[in-house]
Order: sequence, then structure tokens, then C-alpha cells
Amino acid sequence: MSVPLAGAGAAQAQGLAMKGPQATAVTLTINGASRTITIEPRVTLLDAIRDYAGLTGTKKGCDQGTCGACTVMVNGRRIDSCLTLAMMHEGESITTIEGVANGDTLHPVQAAFIEHDGFQCGFCTPGQIVSAVAMLAEGHALNDETVRAQMSGNICRCGCYPHIVDAILEAGKPS
Amino acid sequence: MSIPTIGAPRSRVDGPDKVTGAAKYTCDRALPGMLHAVVVPSTIAYGRVVSIDDSQARNAQGVVLVMTHRNAPAVDQNKVGEQDAKLFLLQSDEVEFDRQPVAVVVAHTFEQAVHGADLVRVHYEMRTPQMALDSGTLFIPKQIFGAPAAHARGSAEPALASAHGKVANVYRTPTEHHNPMETHGTVAAWDGDELTIYDSTQWAFGVRTRLAGVFKIDPANIRVIAPFVGGAFGSKGTAWSHVPLAAMAARATGKPVKLLVTRPQMFGWVGHRPQTEQHVSAGASADGALVAMIHDVTNETSLSDEFVEPSAVFSRDLYAVPNYTMHQELRRLSISKPTYQRAPGESTGGFAVESAMDELAYELGIDPLELRLINYAERNPNNGKEYTSKKLRECYSQAAERFGWSKRTAPPRSMQRNGMLVGWGMATASRATHRGESHARITMHPDGNVVLAVGTIEQGTGSPTVYPQLAAEVLGIGHDRVRLEWGDTNLPEAPLAAGSQTAASVGSATVLAAQALRDRLASLGGKIPDDGITIEIDAKVDEAAENRYAQQAFGAHFAEVEVDPDLLHVRVSRFVGAYDVGRVLNAKTAGSQLVGAVVWGISMALYEKTRFDMRTGRIMNATLADYLVPTNADLPKPDLITVEDDDERVNPAGVRGMGEVAMCGSAAAVANAVYHATGVRVRELPITVEALL
Amino acid sequence: MNPFAFARADSLAAALAAVQRSPRAQFIAGGTNILDLMKDDVERPPILIDINALPLRTIEQRAGYIHIGALTRMSDVAAHPLIRAGFPMIAVALEESASPQLRNMASIGGNVLQRTRCPYFRDTATPCNKRHPGSGCGAIGGVNRMQAVLGTSEHCIATHASDVAVAFAALDAVLHIAHAGGMREVPINAFYREPGATPQVENVLAPGELIVGIAIPALPYGAHSTYVKARDRAQYEFALASAAVALDVRGGAIRAARIALGGVGTIPWRAREAEELLAGAPPTRASYERAAEVSLRGARGQGQNDFKIPLAKRVVVRALETVSA
Repeated sequence: MSVPLAGAGAAQAQGLAMKGPQATAVTLTINGASRTITIEPRVTLLDAIRDYAGLTGTKKGCDQGTCGACTVMVNGRRIDSCLTLAMMHEGESITTIEGVANGDTLHPVQAAFIEHDGFQCGFCTPGQIVSAVAMLAEGHALNDETVRAQMSGNICRCGCYPHIVDAILEAGKPS
Repeated sequence: MSIPTIGAPRSRVDGPDKVTGAAKYTCDRALPGMLHAVVVPSTIAYGRVVSIDDSQARNAQGVVLVMTHRNAPAVDQNKVGEQDAKLFLLQSDEVEFDRQPVAVVVAHTFEQAVHGADLVRVHYEMRTPQMALDSGTLFIPKQIFGAPAAHARGSAEPALASAHGKVANVYRTPTEHHNPMETHGTVAAWDGDELTIYDSTQWAFGVRTRLAGVFKIDPANIRVIAPFVGGAFGSKGTAWSHVPLAAMAARATGKPVKLLVTRPQMFGWVGHRPQTEQHVSAGASADGALVAMIHDVTNETSLSDEFVEPSAVFSRDLYAVPNYTMHQELRRLSISKPTYQRAPGESTGGFAVESAMDELAYELGIDPLELRLINYAERNPNNGKEYTSKKLRECYSQAAERFGWSKRTAPPRSMQRNGMLVGWGMATASRATHRGESHARITMHPDGNVVLAVGTIEQGTGSPTVYPQLAAEVLGIGHDRVRLEWGDTNLPEAPLAAGSQTAASVGSATVLAAQALRDRLASLGGKIPDDGITIEIDAKVDEAAENRYAQQAFGAHFAEVEVDPDLLHVRVSRFVGAYDVGRVLNAKTAGSQLVGAVVWGISMALYEKTRFDMRTGRIMNATLADYLVPTNADLPKPDLITVEDDDERVNPAGVRGMGEVAMCGSAAAVANAVYHATGVRVRELPITVEALL
Repeated sequence: MNPFAFARADSLAAALAAVQRSPRAQFIAGGTNILDLMKDDVERPPILIDINALPLRTIEQRAGYIHIGALTRMSDVAAHPLIRAGFPMIAVALEESASPQLRNMASIGGNVLQRTRCPYFRDTATPCNKRHPGSGCGAIGGVNRMQAVLGTSEHCIATHASDVAVAFAALDAVLHIAHAGGMREVPINAFYREPGATPQVENVLAPGELIVGIAIPALPYGAHSTYVKARDRAQYEFALASAAVALDVRGGAIRAARIALGGVGTIPWRAREAEELLAGAPPTRASYERAAEVSLRGARGQGQNDFKIPLAKRVVVRALETVSA
């Protein structure tokens, strides 16, 4: 849909299908389910997930890519959802914390977080867990030093890091 | 009175909610018809708003309201309680600090509100802000926590002058910001004259009281709901300006309003730890016995409020030094009101005093641990009272043993490993125990299940797990038969969840309520009536009993650092601590509290500092990229234990607070280790590369 | 963020044509820089053209150089066998950048174009000649611990933020740039502009142009390279000072060297004089210290960042020692 941009002083970009600036229908596949929401282009993937798709498990810690609380997986790769637009991810497979467990069965990472007390206030926890699940699929060596480095994109202010590392090392052990 | 030691490492009952994303925080709340509000913060630190051009903002798509001092409803922003902060509710054109709220934009969506805020053009008359600590107007407080702010015993100056060995230095800790992972935020909804508030707070009842005062309404007409709080560390102990602003916006628009503070705004009006400048002098005789100590503290405060960072409390209450003087004063700067940040006073004071003790140890040629033992105080040196319990010797010996302290070679730069300089430092931990009045209601249902209701909050300390454990122990039933209801002013009143006091306060109320329930059930021959049994308890603090003994939590920290000899990067490679906190209610959550406090101590030593442009008063590192907190890679796995201490004299819960004690002195342990590794004594935090070059 | 229209380009030609028609439109790849700046209200493009569908994600050996498609994500470049084997300094520089999440999102082309982290640039309430020419430089005389000591002017002292661009500078990488009329190549060491009197001009990319690839010329000793980054905390922080180095040591002497500095320059700082000094010198610490001294020639501290000068020298020495070990 082509739309004149009020105040932009720019000609329409013919030849490319423009969306916005007002809200349009966007279909996202989140945790295997297709959801169509009506959003402006400027809505981040994080806000689309939280406010429009109603999945509030993913948290906003900074909204500027400095903390990792908003970590989700897109096609299995972990990203910070606050620094990308929802509209850019149509047709991709998005996984949030709500999609990590297998029905009522917790993912081994989730179970290990509980066992090792890998959280206190819990706010960074969804991001930590999604990041850890993705990280375990990246094939790094599983030792203290590597896990710490690979999980450094997730800030925890409560200081749970050592327990998070223990949880991930346990969950990552070949069963 | 003695209750069985519990301490089982029960996993958190809120664990499944937290690991699945089901736990709801204030920012997750959505109400029908809800609007989004964003604060427009000032871009000057001192002066006044001359004009506001909000025409573009008001006309932007989706914007419903732009509230400024010109159209904001009249409310009372003055403080009532002593601990209250002056609020900034758009009642005047005065600007007193960087990022003070000067407008609020309300819109249908978050994006529309943020963009609307960007469109508000504010014109200021800027006055020169006061930013240098020693240039601020002096204010001398009379009291700290009910005790005199200036205190002396003996004659410190002459004793210091004639001491065999002495040190006298200035230590500085920077302005720090709490930066919990969940930013502040409020959802406000009016229903006629009734106000419902969802807030990220440490004290729902405090928020209720403050709002009642601001809006001149009956507290009974205000309900504050605060279930899960994404970290606070002292920043959410009071209702800051955005809370009433959200309610004002809701009233003006007739709709529920969600107002979330952005991360850069977290450096604005929601409190911070003030910078300190501490002069510490210590003198001892040749055998190491302290003869004198002087501890003078200056910290910054705002123009309109007085906040004391009680650093000198650490030295006042710790070592057996007969001649002692402490003095605290404030300097008014163009900053926002400081507030309590994890271990207020005893963390900053711990850094200064435990660094000074290390310097004195070197001056005297005595081992730093030995110097602490020589000056061990059996009774509180300030008031002479016996302690409810004090197992600090056990802390020193157990931690030293685990750490291997006896293998330390004293000279700086004498230890190396794999080409890195290695340093070992130690420090004492000391933290006063607080307890507040708490109510509790306990109900046993006919099926034998129990509900414990207390309007406290959960910020990571483990409330939903620990208090049911306590009650279950008293009642002699399984932990899983007791459930906590919390986070709502409709529930029995709890005190501020801060100062490591919640377990002592709510825990004591829980024990008393459970005991009363147990006794009532026994009196009924063990038969539960059809409508159950309900007991309401008001666990007041018996001041006389509280004041009969001194109550402190203690500990010993041992830190190892590795320092790159050329690049001068400091890494904490080992940290061992032993802490005496009285009874441990749950080993798992307690362990996490200790680790968290140690992480904060390391962070204070090596990373955190709020950086002001001294010309303008603007904070220039207001992001989590520029304000450094540790990443996972920065920290070792600390080895932290609690020493056995069945303290039967302190309070019915038997606890002396453990959320903060491991932060008191831990920064000094790291700084002392850095000295031992490098030979460079750094007296200003954070320790950076440039300090070691 | 301001309201904007969004379009997804399905070909290079369509993308270039779109920005020709709408000169204020901007490309978005990973988005981690442009969206960050839009949230700060520093950038306000009315149109974003999503270029992620363009086939620019291959890494392959071509005649005389390795070609890296500009849309390849940082994490994928760092993991590629050709890069890891042939040019470890690139892999290390990438792995030391940002966070795993950001490395999965950010394109290599976008990384090279990323704008400074200087807080005065990012804060619309403070003066910045780069963001708002003529308004002044807030960092001079202000909070400048992270700012540059090389290539500065009285108008701007902002540090160039990219790690991998430093490695590219050391390797004489060449940017392949597409425009409506065709393609051109610009060596990276001729791409960036020091601020001078026009800090708002950061590089020679013309309006409507798009970086489509980065060529790393063959370098026999590229495998003997590394990147050393000094920072306050162990991860997730920009450099205090960094160095990308490669050494060709044969027969007990240095035949050739590449040295570039990061975290200290307004642009990635290639230290050619230091390289020349090392040619023929013994691979000893003394040689490296002389080279380090020369590589910081002309450095000027601004007060809070004076420490970067001695630190950068030590980083250079460390990098050279590491690669010759």
C-alpha cells in the first residue's frame, strides 16, 4: 500500500510496496502460532510481542540493546528484540520464553534454573533462559569460562551469574 | 524461645512462574482502554522553565494529553514523613536537577507517547548548577537513624597524635544508580474517587500513604498492588514523582494510564546513592591495638532534601577503639534526592574503614587479618551493649581457612600466576539489624491447608517461599501446605521491604501468627472448624527488648584479584566469605542473597560510577552501556558460607538480615587485593585502569 | 521514534532506486545502529528500506581476495572457516564486539558504518557538531574518558566505535559500493574522514550508495594476526584501546607488519610508520615498544582520556607479543 508521508517532503517510493506510517496488518509466527496484529512500522519486535500479541514474558530492560532482557529466538538464533522492527520478521519463526517449555514439561534449562536458583527478582530470567537455550545449540565448549563469556549479553543486576552458569552447565550435559 | 532451625534449600515456589514468563510485573499489566504516558525530563540541572511549546506534541497522532506546569491539576507535592522526598509534580516552573519531570505526554500507544515527548520543546532559563562536592552549601544533620550524626567517645585527636603507628587518608565513593532490571513504572486507574495503583515498589503501604497526601484523599480509597518487583535495591522504597503523575494523568484523561520510566530516565528522579568523601584516620599502639579512629563523612544531597549516607555507622559500631569521633555532613548540589542503595552507609563506610585498616596493617607490619582480631569488640563499642549473638571470630577463621589466607606473602607484588599479578585482600563485614512492625493474617482451612497473608512484596528475596517455610515449621506441616498471599494493600500491613529487615519483620509476624494458630488448633483438640481458623497478628517491635542488646550481622570477606601487569585489567578470580546472620531460613535463597551482595560489592569496587558533566550537571552515562555493572564474564563463582548461629535473643524469627551484609566491606576486600597485587593504593572508586597506570 | 514508512527491497536495483526517489530514506539491515539512533531522536528517516532480502551474505574466496557480503551477520563472519584460518584478527575483533545477540543481528556492512558512541552525539540536549553542525562539541571540556586521542579537531573528538573496522584497516580491506550508475571500490583507509571542521561528514559514501561487499586482499601472514581489546569489564563494552596486528616473522626477523588501532581514533587508525619501523627489526619486546611509541605519535589527550595514550601503547605491545609467540 502506498501512502503519502505527511510532512516528510518525500515522494512516494514507487516500485516498492510501502507499509505505513500508519498501522497495517502484520502476521508473526510466535511459538508456532500465527498472529496477525495491526501495528505501525516503528513498533519493535519486543513491543509487538508484549503489547500487541499479549505475550508479556519477554521483558524490556533498556529498550536500547544494552541488557539482553528482551532476548528472543528468530529462526533459532538469539537476538535482542528491542532493536529490530516487528515488520521485518514476517515469515520467520519467533520463539519467546512462553514457547520454551514443552507444554507442561519445563525445558531442561528452565528446570535447572529452578534447581540452581538461577534467578532472584526474575526480571532478566526470560531473556537469560532464551539466550541459554539458543546458546546451547550454538555448539560452544561447555565450561565455566565459555558459558560466562557467551552469556554476557544478558545483564543480571541481582547477581545470579554463578547460579546461572551452574544451571546452564547442568542443562547442557549430554543426557 | 527456640524454634527448630529450618534452613532447608527449598526451591522457590515462584520459580515456575519466573522461568516461564508467567510472573507478572507492573509493566506487564494491561487494563481496558489503557493509555500510555511518558515523562518529558528536563535537560538542564538548575533553573526554570521559561516556556513550553507543545503544539506539535498535542497535534501528533494519538496524543491525548500533554500535561505541564501550566495545566497540571494542583496537588500537594510537599513531603509529609521524614523519609519522604520532595516530589516534582508539575506544580511550578522550577528545575532543581537534571532529568526532572517537566511534562507528561499521554497517548494511545507507547510509540505515540514517546514520539510526542520528543516533540515537546521546552525553553529554559539556566542557572549555574552546583556540582562540585566541596562547593555545595553545607548542611549538618542532627540525626542518623535516630542516633546522633556526630558522636565521640574518649579523645580521638590527642590519642591519634601520640599513637605509635597511624594512617590518615581520604576515600571517595562515586554517585551510583541502582539500575534494577525492571525500570520504575506505575499503572493508575480511577473509579470515581477510588484509585487503584499497580506499582513497582518495595512498600505498597508507603505508596498509599504518599498518594493520599498528594491527592488529599482517604488512604482507604487507594489500593496499591505490587506483586513481582524486578529488583529495587533501595530505589523503590518511596513513591517517586512518576507515581502521582500517572494518577494525575489518569484522572485528567478519565482512563487508566501506564507510565513506565525509561532506562535513561532511571538516572533522573528515582534516587541514587550519593557520592561520599570520607576522611579516615586510625592510630594504634605497636601491638596493633587501636587507640584512636576518626571518621568524617561528607555526602551530596539535593537542594530541597537532606539525605545522609551513614558511612560512619560502620566504624562507630565495629572495632574496640576507645577514642573515636565520627561526623557526618551534607553538601547541597543540583542533583536529585539521593536515597538508600543496598547497604547504605555500611557499604561506603566499609570501603573507607576497611581500606584504612589495611593501610594501618601495612604501616604497623601486622597481618591484616591479625589486626582485625586484635581489635575485636566483644560488646558493641558504641553503646557497650552485649550482642544478641556475634560469631565474627568464626567468620574470620572459617573464611580464612577456606581461602588459604595463611599462605599469603605480605609484600605487594609478591604473588604471581601465569604472568598475572595476584593479590589477596580481606575485610570485615558489619551491618546493623533492623526490624519493623508487621501485621500478618494466617488462615487454616478445613482441609488443613494454610494461607498466610501479608502485604509485603517480592523483589527476589524469596518471600513466597520463605515465610510459608517458617509457618510450616511452626505448625509441623509440610511446606507445600502453606501459601503466601502478598503484594496488595488490601492485605495486612507490612513494613518497607528494605534494610534487610523483611525476614526479621514479616518473619517475626509469621512466627507469632503461626504459633497462635498452632495454639488455637491445640485448644480445639486438633479439630478445624467448618469455617477454618483465622488469626490476625500485629507484631510490634518491643523497643525496650530491641534496645537491650546490640544487633548486627557480621562477616569476613577474602578476595583474590588477578591484574594484568601491562594492561592493568583487574579481575576478581576468587571470593570467599563467611557471614554470621543468625538463623538461615532457606539455604538456597540465602545463598543467592549473599552472592548478590558480593556482586554488588565487586561492582562498587571496579565498575560503577555516574558521570556528570560538571559544567551543566547533566548525567552523560545514562545507559546500561555507559554505566557499567558486571557481566557474567566478570565474576568468579564466590564461595560463601554462613556460620552457625542459633540467635535466640534477636527476634522471633531469629534472623539478623542477610541481603546486605555481604556488601559491607567487600569493595575494600577487592581494593586491598588490588593493592597487594600492584602496590598501588586506590582510594577512589571505581578502581580503573587510569588509577593503576 | 518518528512515524515512518517501511518497504522491503527485493533486489539491489530496487533498493538503489528507492533511495534515489526518496533521498531522506535510509537502508536498514540488522537495524541495531539505525533503530538505536532513531530511539534517541538523533536520526529521523521518513522511510526505511529493508535490504535484508538482497543476496549479499556469502563469504567466498575470489581471485586475490576473500569477499564478504555486506549483509553477512557479524557472528557468521566470525565463524567462517576462511576468516578464522586466514585472518584471525577479524574473527577475534568480531567476537570481542557487542554481545552474542547483537552479533547475530548486525550486518558487517552496518558495523563498518556504525556511528560514534559519544554521549554528546547521542543526547539531543547537548551540543554536538557532528549531529548539529555549529552547535559546539560538548565532549571537549566535558565527560570525555571514552573519546579519541588521535585524529581529533577542535570541533570533534568522538571515537570511532567499530572493532572490525580496525582489523579491516590493518588488512587494507576494500569496500565494494553500489550506486545507481554501477559499482565502485574504496579502500577502507580512504573511506573514513577525520572530523576536521566538518564532523558531520564521516566517510565518502555518497547519498544513495550502498556497501555491498568487503574485500580482504590476500595476505600470506594474515594467519599470524590477532586483535587485543582493553576495556573496563570483560565483555559487552566498547574499547578503551585496541590493536589489530599481523606479523610476518621469518629467519628471526620481522619481514612485514600490519598495525591498526581502535578505541583511540576518530577513525580506525592505521599505524604505517610503526609498520615501517618494524620491517627488518628483531621480533623482541624492545622493537614492539618502539613501534607502539610511534603508532601513538601525535596523540592528544582531552583530560579524562589521557590514560588512553600509555594504555594504547601497551595494547600494541601485547598484540605484537601475542602474535609472535
